[in-house]
Amino acid sequence: MRTVRLDSNDQTRRPRRNDRISRLVDPLSQNPLPAPRMEHNDVKTFHTPGHTPRNTAGRTKLAAALVAAVAVTLGGSGIAASASDAAEPPVFDLEPVAGELVGSGATFPGVFYAEAIAELEGINGDLVIEYGGGGSSKGRSDLQQSLVDFAGTDGVVKAEDYEKFAGEFVYIPTVLAPIVVAYNLDGVDTLNLTPTVIAQIFQTEITSWDDPAIVELNPDVTLPAEPIVVVRRADGSGTTDNFSKFLKAAVGGEGGVWTLGSGSELEWPAGTQAGDGSGGVSQLIKDTPGAIGYLDLADATVSGLSGASVENKEGVFVAPTIEATTAAAAGAEIADDLTFFVGWADGADAYPIAAQTWILAYVEQPDAEQAAALRYFLTYLLTDGQALAVELNYAPLPAELRDAALANVALIGA
Amino acid sequence: MTDLSVHPVPGQQPPDLPKLPDLRGRRAYADGGFRVATLAAGALILVILGLIVITMSSRARHVFAHTGFGFFTGRRWAPNAEVYGALSFIYGTLLTSAIAVLIAVPVSLGIALFTTQVAPPWLRRILVGLTDLVAVVPSVVFGLWGIIVLGPRLQGWFRAVHGWVDGIPVLDRIFGPVLGSRSFLAAGIILAVMITPIISSVSREVIDTTPQTDRDGALALGATRWEMITGAVLPHSMGGIVGAVMLGLGRAMGETIAAALVIGNAATITINIFSSGDSLPSVIATQWGEADEVKRSALIAMGLTLFVLTVLVNLAATAIVNRGMRRMQGS
Repeated sequence: MRTVRLDSNDQTRRPRRNDRISRLVDPLSQNPLPAPRMEHNDVKTFHTPGHTPRNTAGRTKLAAALVAAVAVTLGGSGIAASASDAAEPPVFDLEPVAGELVGSGATFPGVFYAEAIAELEGINGDLVIEYGGGGSSKGRSDLQQSLVDFAGTDGVVKAEDYEKFAGEFVYIPTVLAPIVVAYNLDGVDTLNLTPTVIAQIFQTEITSWDDPAIVELNPDVTLPAEPIVVVRRADGSGTTDNFSKFLKAAVGGEGGVWTLGSGSELEWPAGTQAGDGSGGVSQLIKDTPGAIGYLDLADATVSGLSGASVENKEGVFVAPTIEATTAAAAGAEIADDLTFFVGWADGADAYPIAAQTWILAYVEQPDAEQAAALRYFLTYLLTDGQALAVELNYAPLPAELRDAALANVALIGA
Repeated sequence: MTDLSVHPVPGQQPPDLPKLPDLRGRRAYADGGFRVATLAAGALILVILGLIVITMSSRARHVFAHTGFGFFTGRRWAPNAEVYGALSFIYGTLLTSAIAVLIAVPVSLGIALFTTQVAPPWLRRILVGLTDLVAVVPSVVFGLWGIIVLGPRLQGWFRAVHGWVDGIPVLDRIFGPVLGSRSFLAAGIILAVMITPIISSVSREVIDTTPQTDRDGALALGATRWEMITGAVLPHSMGGIVGAVMLGLGRAMGETIAAALVIGNAATITINIFSSGDSLPSVIATQWGEADEVKRSALIAMGLTLFVLTVLVNLAATAIVNRGMRRMQGS
């Protein structure tokens, strides 16, 4: 794939949002995708207002080139054409490139990235990619200091942090993961919970499994008179962040049940048990009869834990599955820079608790080889890598979002 | 007896001595070189310490600008509400280290005295090897053992102990209600297991330096083995033993992974040692990855706090040793 560079003389044109919206056009049908809804959150602006790019002339040229590049790379490149509503991701058949890429950041997609990198090694041994974890914050600050070529992050960059980056960057969503509300109750295979009840349980306001509020939701299940042991993450984690964001969005408004707010670390009530990492949480749930906790689907599946069905925005109880999570992303409000929150999304078949993750990369790479290598890796994640994600219990992106992500990949140039 | 002294005696001519080659030039050179090399090595420690303090202070300044001195006195730690109080973690660090030292010191001294004074040589060899072996076990192994093996068993014990003291004032607060196995006491026990080999190894070496004549003298005066130990061995090695305890205490205060795994990770201040809490290094380790600007600076400030705390504890201990030494050696 090669970026087409236009020798634009139109030096006054700055990259504007319109340019970016134009890339949301499906290359085949030329039908504009549904306009991104803007009320999502405060991270709509791509540039901080008042943040002047250092190299305006180069940037202008770049912007013009980018628009053309999107059309060229998506229309005429090796990515097999697919209608935007197709479920199957496009086939990955880019020309192999040589290079070396280093990334760091979010640990939750770490397994997926590691497997994808291993697979890519088999396809193209000349491209060496390393992904070190360290957490989303580390990834973002590493990218700010240009220590890495790409950063994994579970959270979006705050508006005031934009100027810390060495240039313009793009969000590339890669995978989603359902967050399971797992429990340890002998003989209970299905459990229905509403966001309100989940909030009350995790704030230790409901303390027994035979509480009327739980019994009412599960008329067919015999619930024991056992105390509920709440298990939560000990470490600062994107899973906690997304779980609490869901509760905040669903029942955390003014006068709502959920009062702990949201964040990677919360002020949990005394008596909650803390497990280190998803593994620690699943271990604690397995060891403690009557325990309930939240963790990603992959770890819950490995540990053989059952997850509750959670009532979504439309009032339907949905089990935590990969399909229901992809459905949630299709109903999520996606900003034009591809930031979104997949939890508490619209749609009758959407599972309401999930995490999303992005890769951040600078639009302007030091040289063409580096840019090609990055595009190669990221394109793989969004094409053949999506099937790999399913095997690893991550949810693939819905077609529309994936195509938009591919368009963002195409913006990366030198 | 003839006078062999070469020193001039007043009123007497010094005897003629044969001229010796002057070796001082070369020696002075070697001395100087040695002096510079050791000075550099010594200064390097100071430079490193200084740089650590400077960089950490500058990185920690965000949180002090944000919270002020309340960082040390605030009990509430709520990064998502931008409240940063480290008091509960300082408390947790001190409490778990104190528990660890309280448990580890008698056991370590017992091991050290047994191996040096009581055990037959063949058993001594085995014991020395084993304690040194335990000293090199990585802390994460202890932590995992703590959560998988020790923790679940401790919970039952905790419940039983709480049952015994229920109704007794103060004691039923210290051995209070049990919410789970992860607690200050569990962390203290794991830390005790970890620091015992260090304290006992160093104490053993120190106790071994007690002159045989001192011990023989005590025994010859009719002392029992116990009186020999308390009268001759311990006074002689007191300074070294306290040094060993300080080494152990330092490790306990700074221990990260094992503590993080078993302490329960909750910001609490309570005298209930069965309650879950958290310590400075554990918070730093578990929260670093997802920490943003001010929170990150708060974590660095905690590192600085831990550093200062360790220095203070060590200074206090040195002062106590010096006073104790004077008293014991004076007697």
